Amino acid sequence: MLKVENLEVDYGAIKAIKGISFEVAEKKIVTLIGANGAGKTTTLRTISGLMKASKGKIIFKNQDIFNLPAHQLVSLGISHVPEGRRIFATLTVQENLDMAAWLIKSKGERQKRYDTVFELFPRLKERRKQLGGTLSGGEQQMLAVARALVTGGDLLLFDEPSMGLAPVLVEEIFNTIIKINKSGSTILLVEQNAKKALEISDYAYVLEVGTISFHGPAKDIANNPKVKEAYLGI
Amino acid sequence: MDISTILQQIFNGLQLGSIYALIALGYTMVYGIVRLINFAHGDFYMIGAYASYGLFFAIGTLVASSFSGPTAAIILFIIILLGSMISGGTIALLANQFAYKPLRNKPRLSSLITAIGVSMFLEYFLSALPVVGPSYRGFPELIKKTTYNFGPAIVSNFVLLDLGVAAILMIFLTVLVRYTKIGKAMRAVSQDKDAAKLMGINIESVIATTFLIGGSFAGVAGLLAGLTYPRIYPYMGILPGLKAFIAAVLGGIGNIPGAVLGSYIMGIAETFATAVNSLIGEGIAFAILIVVLLFRPQGLLGEKVADKI
Repeated sequence: MLKVENLEVDYGAIKAIKGISFEVAEKKIVTLIGANGAGKTTTLRTISGLMKASKGKIIFKNQDIFNLPAHQLVSLGISHVPEGRRIFATLTVQENLDMAAWLIKSKGERQKRYDTVFELFPRLKERRKQLGGTLSGGEQQMLAVARALVTGGDLLLFDEPSMGLAPVLVEEIFNTIIKINKSGSTILLVEQNAKKALEISDYAYVLEVGTISFHGPAKDIANNPKVKEAYLGI
Repeated sequence: MDISTILQQIFNGLQLGSIYALIALGYTMVYGIVRLINFAHGDFYMIGAYASYGLFFAIGTLVASSFSGPTAAIILFIIILLGSMISGGTIALLANQFAYKPLRNKPRLSSLITAIGVSMFLEYFLSALPVVGPSYRGFPELIKKTTYNFGPAIVSNFVLLDLGVAAILMIFLTVLVRYTKIGKAMRAVSQDKDAAKLMGINIESVIATTFLIGGSFAGVAGLLAGLTYPRIYPYMGILPGLKAFIAAVLGGIGNIPGAVLGSYIMGIAETFATAVNSLIGEGIAFAILIVVLLFRPQGLLGEKVADKI
């Protein structure tokens, strides 16, 4: 579904991504793990069009999407749950979802998508009229995921969905990701919590300062001694 | 100062405040969405005044001959009102498209200096343009001035017109921002541009809409100012623009109700100060700015939003 080839991204004079290649197959969960500053967030932001790449190729559904603007990529089917949730704090929960439904013209279709996410996150339905900024961290994460689901992409990018959440909620968010994947979406996941990420993923790439050092089926990566030592703390 | 003078000054202040409010709203909206203090905004107001003036001479006699009596005046006023909005909005759109948009991802100081450049360009370009020229022009009497006694004070129909037009546009803006899709998008974009892009929103078109609305409000303010203080010239936007900016800062820049509140406070303060001494009247705005910046830099209604971690 997504194919990235020799991607290079610069931050001013610094090369953040030094020519990485990876693939995300349809209906799979693929994870990118790596230390802070390895370039995981940069990779996701480049795929969703928030950052411009300097070189390389990004193919999505057999279409070249290299450096297309972010809002256009949403209509092509890429939804991104950004790092830090990025809820519109002074908009209500419903208004946040209305923004996610920006490109959906039909009222019936909008309502259908709202119903789907409210079914997945009943808490959001209860808090529909509450301002985004007044939600708890866990609820904000739900809202961030709900927004991505309403935009309706076939490929969902998750950036650190478990960050700053209590252990119970971490479990919940990973279960949600599995559920979303089972319902037919393809997922590219970036996580600090490498152990959990590898547990739920089909395939994994290990990113080290802008290059991919290992990749393979998630189970193999989880058993790789170097990965164990560096990222799993075993 | 006796009671009738005080009442009279309050009316004058509200009238002046209405004009400031229409300018300040554009300042504050544009600041809210792109964090740009658009110093050319006062010139959009000047453009609105000149467009009204030009439109009057272009179609005034035609309208007067096609309709009779008060109908003609009303129709002419409405056409000119729309013309002032369209001209102010168009010039704001053009400034955004050609001057500010290319600098969107550059340091903010670049756009600020560019805004000063746009402002000067409009002022000097119109001064140099033979049909406009640098000299003062008397604004035509679109509407006959009539006065009513309101207790001990005298209220003209212009006071009611300025207040009324400002009130209608403010209500329109409030409804737009609070309830419509584009209004919600304006709030979303002003809060988090990247998140808005990820929702599929083309933020540039939302920004352009904001400029359009802000500019059209300034254009209307130009028309109202022309009617109320019937003298226009290419530099007429400088001081009202600065004062409206100060009003927006006083209310809390980026905050829409704040801009309106700040404008009325400024308008009333200015008329009272002018009643004492006209030079103090001109200076009071800047005194207010200094006081606000010293004691409440976020403005009256501005809040520091705490980020949730």
